[in-house]
Amino acid sequence: MTTETNLSFDKDFVRSFSKEMNEPAWMEEFRVNAFELSETLPMPRPDKTKIDKWNFTQFDHHTVKSEAFTSIAVLPEEVKALIGDESATKNLYIQRNQTPAYISLSEDLKAQGVIFTDIITAVREHSELVQKYLLTEAVKTDEHRLIAFHAALINGGAFLYIPKNIEIKEPIHSIYLHDDADTNLFNHVIVVADDNSSVTYVENYLSTLESANGVFNIVTEVIAKAGAKVQYGAVDTLAKGVTTYVNRRGSAGRDARIDWALGLMNEGNTISENTTNLVGDGAYGDTKTVVVGRGEQTQNFTTKVVHFGKNTEGYILKHGVMKDSASSIFNGIGHILHGASKSNAEQESRVLMLSEKARGDANPILLIDEDDVTAGHAASVGRVDPVQLYYLMSRGIPKKEAERLVIHGFLAPVVNQLPIEGVKQQLTAVIERKVR
Amino acid sequence: MAGSTLTIKDLHVEIDGKEILKGVNLEIKGGEIHAIMGPNGTGKSTLSSAIMGHPKYEVTSGNITLDDQNVLEMEVDERARAGLFLAMQYPSEINGVTNADFLRSALNSRLGEGNEISLMKFIRKMDKQMEFLEMDLDMAQRYLNEGFSGGEKKRNEILQLMMLEPKIAILDEIDSGLDIDALKVVSKGINQMRGEEFGCLVITHYQRLLNYITPDYVHVMMQGRIVKSGGPELAQRLEAEGYDWIKQELGIEDETVGQEA
Repeated sequence: MTTETNLSFDKDFVRSFSKEMNEPAWMEEFRVNAFELSETLPMPRPDKTKIDKWNFTQFDHHTVKSEAFTSIAVLPEEVKALIGDESATKNLYIQRNQTPAYISLSEDLKAQGVIFTDIITAVREHSELVQKYLLTEAVKTDEHRLIAFHAALINGGAFLYIPKNIEIKEPIHSIYLHDDADTNLFNHVIVVADDNSSVTYVENYLSTLESANGVFNIVTEVIAKAGAKVQYGAVDTLAKGVTTYVNRRGSAGRDARIDWALGLMNEGNTISENTTNLVGDGAYGDTKTVVVGRGEQTQNFTTKVVHFGKNTEGYILKHGVMKDSASSIFNGIGHILHGASKSNAEQESRVLMLSEKARGDANPILLIDEDDVTAGHAASVGRVDPVQLYYLMSRGIPKKEAERLVIHGFLAPVVNQLPIEGVKQQLTAVIERKVR
Repeated sequence: MAGSTLTIKDLHVEIDGKEILKGVNLEIKGGEIHAIMGPNGTGKSTLSSAIMGHPKYEVTSGNITLDDQNVLEMEVDERARAGLFLAMQYPSEINGVTNADFLRSALNSRLGEGNEISLMKFIRKMDKQMEFLEMDLDMAQRYLNEGFSGGEKKRNEILQLMMLEPKIAILDEIDSGLDIDALKVVSKGINQMRGEEFGCLVITHYQRLLNYITPDYVHVMMQGRIVKSGGPELAQRLEAEGYDWIKQELGIEDETVGQEA
């Protein structure tokens, strides 16, 4: 059963927004078409979480105006803390609510043909490229209402293109700053790594507000072409009260590799879907996710690897800690399609609950339509072991500190394996703050 | 004053509603090494867990004091900071927490805020003690007890003992599962601690350990009580003759306590 929803915006609004942004005609039609689809398509159905009462579509402001940042020096401290030293500002995009507020790409990368810009500018200036990849390959507009709605209302995001054979050493960094309570964000990120290229992309969704009532609908598409390597790191820390739908999906071509390192630390209700489609033979996908839930929030984390090609390998590792009355569903899906012989699907999900009221559920799912494959899964949901606490306390460590050690210890096997040093450090700091 | 005194008076302890200790009396002073011997299932480990405050053990009557402090009113961590230490028979494994981080945290919790040991000083101290115990220095960076062999776990307990320098230590079957070389190393660690400021209670089945750590007092436990006390010669006699003569002397048929027949 789907409930009827009155969308706050109509086709005329979508058209006029597109015109206001000076978008090419195809984009205007794309948005209008998506809007029509959003009126008829059903809502997504995240396994084991009921979202009919969640608000993804009702809000007042599609766009808010924010001041840009004139230099790194004037950035808020919270943003500076994410950037690190001077050298890390060379390839940096900062979006303030929906406003592109700072952008920098090194001359060296520009000269090699790398494109890195906000999504609206990309639609105007790299129209053909964007048209080729926007909701065509990794994610499709007509999958369900929230994606169609997103497509119609895209008002932020980034576009990153790495040409063939270009290997980028330093990370490309995006920060999506949320500091206006009226913000509702339809962020679209596209990362295209052409044949045999490689890149590390790191993004932060950061609220500096204590709480807000926004609707965030985020879609990320990663296209790794033959032989390309993409390391994708994200640390999400959106405020309490923000309802988030975030879909990060990758498509890996022949012998391509996508590594995800995700710290899902939102304070509000969140539906997160992270899928890697191993399309080409020999493709490799690896997802590492760390989650801390607290307060009253309800979250659903679905991590999926789909094996289309032969000799593909997919790994899922997910550890979550639930505090207070937080509740979370951890779905892990390894799907090997018929014909994807000699493939391997492995997954591990572990949930630690810190209070009587916290809820966690781990559902490992293996769907195998091919004989000649290997697969494995491990899942556990448990509470802090009182005997472990006793052992730590018997050495003089106070209970709170003992709990902190156990929690960090529980997350450490994932955090320590994150392939991107900056993400590892940011996450450690966020975890420290959240589990205290 | 030389060292502390741990006093146990008429201690009764239950686990899952079943009485295991039925009136234990014992006094351990700084500078003394006591050994408690006895067959399996007589309440030896229960005594050590009750002193430390294991959550599953309930003290129903009696008292435990450390100098003038009431131990039974303290949380587990307070007992440790007051100067008690228990080397456990089955140390917990804790994933993701390195041995070094754990020990530094334990040491700093004793020293208190503002008096924390510097990282360099800590590393030097830890390296020194690990070398003394012939431990692989890599073990500092391994997760606490995770994947350690039985012998490595026991050495690690003694490492903690030497790092934390308690006033009174209880060693619960520190010799179980150790080969002779490991036993010698572990004993070396305990002997190193010996001194006026250090009191120790060694719990063991076997006299073997007492060849390396000479106790000042030996006690025999049966049916949840200390039934006989003496000097080191008592351990020698137990080694030679077993426990039957004590059972006969005291008219005990079944020495165990709280176990299903």
